[in-house]
Amino acid sequence: MLRMILQRLMIAVPSLIGVVIVTFLLTRALPGDTAAYFAGPAATQEAIDQIRVKLGLDKPLIVQFGRYVQDLARGELGMSLTTGQPVATDIRTRLPASAELTLLGLIVSMVIAVPLGIFAATRPGSMVDHLCRVIATAGVSLPVFFTGLILVYVFYYLLGLAPAPLGRLDIFFSPPPQVTGFFLIDSLIAGDGDMFLASLKQLILPVLTLAIFSIAPIARMTRASMLAVLASDFIRTARASGLSPKTVIVTYAFRNAMLPVITTLGMVFSFLLGANVLVEKVFAWPGIGSYAVEALVASDFAPVQGFVLTMAVMYVVLNLLIDILYGVVDPRVRIEA
Amino acid sequence: MTTLPLLDIRDLTVEFSTRRGIVCAVERIDVSVGKGETLAIVGESGSGKSVTSYAVMRILDRAGCIAEGTITFSGIDLRAASESDMRNLRGREISMIFQNPRAALNPIRKVGHQIEDVLMQHAQAGSQDVTAKAIELLEQVRIARPRERYHAYPFELSGGMCQRIVIALALACRPQLLIADEPTTGLDVTTQKTVMELVVELTRQRGMSTILITHDLGLAATYCDRVTVMEKGHIVETATARAIFTAPEHAYTRRLMRATPRPGVSLRDLLPEDAIARPTAQVLPIAADKTPLLVVEKLVKEYPSQGASRSLANLFRRGPAPESETFRAVDGISFSIGRGESVGLVGESGCGKSTTSTMIMRLTDATSGLIQFDGADIGTIPAKSFARLAIRKRIQMVFQDATDSLNPRFTAARAIADPILRLGGIKGRNAVRARCEVLARQVGLPLDLLDRFPHQLSGGQKARVGIARAIALHPELMILDEPTAALDVSVQAVVLNLLQELKETLGMSYLFVSHDLNVVRLLCDRVLVMRAGRIVEQGPTNQVLHAPEADYTRELLAAIPHPTFEPESNHARSA
Repeated sequence: MLRMILQRLMIAVPSLIGVVIVTFLLTRALPGDTAAYFAGPAATQEAIDQIRVKLGLDKPLIVQFGRYVQDLARGELGMSLTTGQPVATDIRTRLPASAELTLLGLIVSMVIAVPLGIFAATRPGSMVDHLCRVIATAGVSLPVFFTGLILVYVFYYLLGLAPAPLGRLDIFFSPPPQVTGFFLIDSLIAGDGDMFLASLKQLILPVLTLAIFSIAPIARMTRASMLAVLASDFIRTARASGLSPKTVIVTYAFRNAMLPVITTLGMVFSFLLGANVLVEKVFAWPGIGSYAVEALVASDFAPVQGFVLTMAVMYVVLNLLIDILYGVVDPRVRIEA
Repeated sequence: MTTLPLLDIRDLTVEFSTRRGIVCAVERIDVSVGKGETLAIVGESGSGKSVTSYAVMRILDRAGCIAEGTITFSGIDLRAASESDMRNLRGREISMIFQNPRAALNPIRKVGHQIEDVLMQHAQAGSQDVTAKAIELLEQVRIARPRERYHAYPFELSGGMCQRIVIALALACRPQLLIADEPTTGLDVTTQKTVMELVVELTRQRGMSTILITHDLGLAATYCDRVTVMEKGHIVETATARAIFTAPEHAYTRRLMRATPRPGVSLRDLLPEDAIARPTAQVLPIAADKTPLLVVEKLVKEYPSQGASRSLANLFRRGPAPESETFRAVDGISFSIGRGESVGLVGESGCGKSTTSTMIMRLTDATSGLIQFDGADIGTIPAKSFARLAIRKRIQMVFQDATDSLNPRFTAARAIADPILRLGGIKGRNAVRARCEVLARQVGLPLDLLDRFPHQLSGGQKARVGIARAIALHPELMILDEPTAALDVSVQAVVLNLLQELKETLGMSYLFVSHDLNVVRLLCDRVLVMRAGRIVEQGPTNQVLHAPEADYTRELLAAIPHPTFEPESNHARSA
């Protein structure tokens, strides 16, 4: 098992090197002169040139790359021109916000989608099956900002059940001392029940928005793979051995059906993490997605670089986790590694 | 019979609702099995023999239902029994063994745990002694090192071993009735023998009744007391095994008997008595040229034995990979095939016979050794570029699975035309079509079937398409990789005759790869017996099969099931 993890890590190394190169080149290819932007609209040509020299932008690309890699090795991602903060600090504070939101969204959608898919598969053509299809289609065809806005309109404006969609905490609270960066966990560590509830309230609507969107792929995948497994020979053997329906479905079918679902989960998670920009905008969520978009609009390349790099690393780590999980569930994978 | 039968099926009709309406899979059949009796249900595909057993177990899939009749098992009406009652019966009173044992086991659960599941379900063991009982069961089905194998996953075990696990599952709760649905199809003959003997011994020990469902009359007659023959959902004949074998009454049984390849018959004998003998076309005189068409010398194929050696981790390993990491699938074999000769290549799964045929076909590159075709060294041409050479036309292959080897989106005509369009040099739609029709006539494929897609053709028709495609370019050497393994015996008889006829009229040489010695006996002049990558024996077919020199060949021959009451009268009557 350990050998497999090490091997997977080694396979990740070349892709990380590739990501470093690509992010560097990509941000250099962005339109707009960074030095001019940095100097401000009133700056003279001379001042711009000075800043260009100061930022090292006058050097050949290869030298710039060398400096970039050196900085990376020290954990420095450069300064953000828009926030005036080091990019590393920005990302450190904003990533947990996005991660908390996405993770919870994924958990909620799994809790709904997986049983839904299983029920749909065990009774194909039934009401549950049709319901599954309708929910999945509706969820995936409504854009997230739309569902987000509808939820805000209904639950905040009309019913007043939800708090104002203004970030991670009510303005009367100050964030808990940072341990994990997840407010739910940090507030529990600090022993502050009120804050836990407050941050949970803030989370409900954006989490629902993400969950509704990601139910579709998970439910459909679960249904399809359950159907395939239920039709297979070993399920027939299990039934012919008189095993109870519960054992057949849970121990025999479900575990086998989970394999493709795990793969889908990884894809959905990484997709959501980057793509929840719109949700973050709607709920004024100080996440990493909105941060990157703002930087991109402002031709601020350091945060964009940092964002892409972070996402790439997360993607690699996530894939590693999924592979390990896969190995835990499926013994055949363990041998091949 | 004074005592009540253990299982009594009366007037059973099973229907399936399909898109084209209701299809009757089994119609008004009567079957009964007494205590301690062994009954075989024999039939070709689509005869309803498996459906009958699923009906008994009540595990028909959603579309199927028991429309009529009664099934009584030791006094219990199975059709009226509740689902939870059925669940108690399944596995405890009636068990099943399935075809394709590897797929019949949960791939990601330890086999020991799968046995435990059944034991626990039927309260045959408590949580303390369940592991011990499971290991005891593994011992009973003669699995070596049962303690270790308890922790194995199905993919770590061989097919025969998996079937033993399935048998252990089925016998775990000491049921009264065992239904074995093609338990040895897909297993090697020697494995088949050990598995069948194990089943017979265990069921006899426990006084169990057995239903053996099979397409193999020889197997049925060897291991069963009575045989029921089914055709298209009906029972045509039920009699003792001896009676079926020595004096079959029904015409279908007789046809089935005739079509089964066995010692002492010729290819022609396999065809139905009333078959119109096709006028044998002009037999090509075999070329006087005595140089062999194909010469293979010291052919070796090595594979890396570990999946890991493919991974990127190797890039980081210092020094060359250790030598021991290779596995020799083919280990220095030499043979030749003369012009117009057919050579059988026989061996059990994993012996390297398919690897050999793909190397001669130049689909894979050999590690070392010589492959010489008509004097030209083709072994050195990389597999990638061989497909484009003119010499490629002269070697063709017919594959084992007639269905999977046809493109599902090509019509029969398009499939046959494929090699012509690539290498044939015939231009123009009409000319190609005309050639296809000639070929279809040659292989006996009705012309109106040419525009059908594979799923609209029967197994035998698909086999004909595959053969027509292979002979389209007038090859000199045909490699036949178990071309009849997936076919029913009656279809197999026709296809084998067709192959023989084509060989005579077109003057081709055959390399016939098979695991079935009886089929090889009929079609081949010479035979090579392979084991673990080596040729253990080769020589004229008659000599090898009647006076085998190698122990392994003897073992193979002994494993073929044929009933002990070898009928003398059968021959006289059919003559």
